[in-house]
Amino acid sequence: MKTLEQTTEEILALAALHFKVPREQLSPADDFYRTLKIDSLQALELLTRLEHHFGIELPDYEVQGVADFRTLATRIQARL
Amino acid sequence: MTQHQGNTLSWEIRDGALELALHHPPANEIGLAMLTELEMFIRALAVAESRCGAVIIHSRQPSGFSAGADLRELYVKALPLTPARRTAGVREFLERIHAVLNALDASPLTTIAAVHGVVFGGGFELALACDLIVADKMARFCFPELRLGLVPGFGGIPRLKRDVGNAIVRDLLLTGRSINAAKALGTGLVSQVASEGEALRLARAAAAQIAKFDRTTSAAAKRFLKPIPREELRQEIDVFCDLFVRPTVMEGLRKFFESTDAHPYLP
Repeated sequence: MKTLEQTTEEILALAALHFKVPREQLSPADDFYRTLKIDSLQALELLTRLEHHFGIELPDYEVQGVADFRTLATRIQARL
Repeated sequence: MTQHQGNTLSWEIRDGALELALHHPPANEIGLAMLTELEMFIRALAVAESRCGAVIIHSRQPSGFSAGADLRELYVKALPLTPARRTAGVREFLERIHAVLNALDASPLTTIAAVHGVVFGGGFELALACDLIVADKMARFCFPELRLGLVPGFGGIPRLKRDVGNAIVRDLLLTGRSINAAKALGTGLVSQVASEGEALRLARAAAAQIAKFDRTTSAAAKRFLKPIPREELRQEIDVFCDLFVRPTVMEGLRKFFESTDAHPYLP
């Protein structure tokens, strides 16, 4: 079972890799829309990549209104 | 008409398959312009039947296959009209798009949707009219219509019911959530999942295989396997129009039109 810190770190690493942002520029409290400079469709892409990476389903309504990596990690952690 | 370069879509015959490419930015929203060109494509499809073995529909837009109906156009056109005229206009649009999708559904050619990115609402319904769906692993499927106080109106419910179990239909419709390609494969909604950027190549490989078969036999098999739920499709138009007349729908469309929300495509 991953810890919340491990899950958060994997999300940050995945986001950095796919949206070409240096990992060190991302922190758990960041608003990922602002930090990654992504729009709603790219957020869907991030959701899909996270589902693939963690092998889970993450319904949109669970992440609606979520913008920071830490909260996103808690939503994912609940399904691991 | 074996080749067409349009404003919202283009088609050509390539290696024995009629390929329709959608290219209406930002996300192939289906409004009057695309509907008009889809009607032209259906006429070309009838002409091309004797020269092709399959049809492939795909998108050149990076954002995906299609985000569905052009809700901004719908709002702008509906706004100055009385409720009765709004409903009449929507019914006319629905009758036309149903005619297009029914013709595609009934084509004697084997039809393949090669999808990626957003496959939402009317875009999802366009894919469902095809015989096979080949999905990029990054594709997402969604019916967000309930967010606006509506149901899918381009034939989505009857065609989804035809293809998959009622439980997943209810899940998609009543929660409005999107599902990824792997989930869609698991439900039987899509036939193949491709690596990123490879859906069109896989669709072309399937079309090449299909082209080896006797056309009469393939067409007979399709007619036998894939009945068109015409009565339910008619009912869907009525349900949509009954819902559309309510003020809550125009309010939902207004919010969508004016929204600066970061999730305009999410339910």
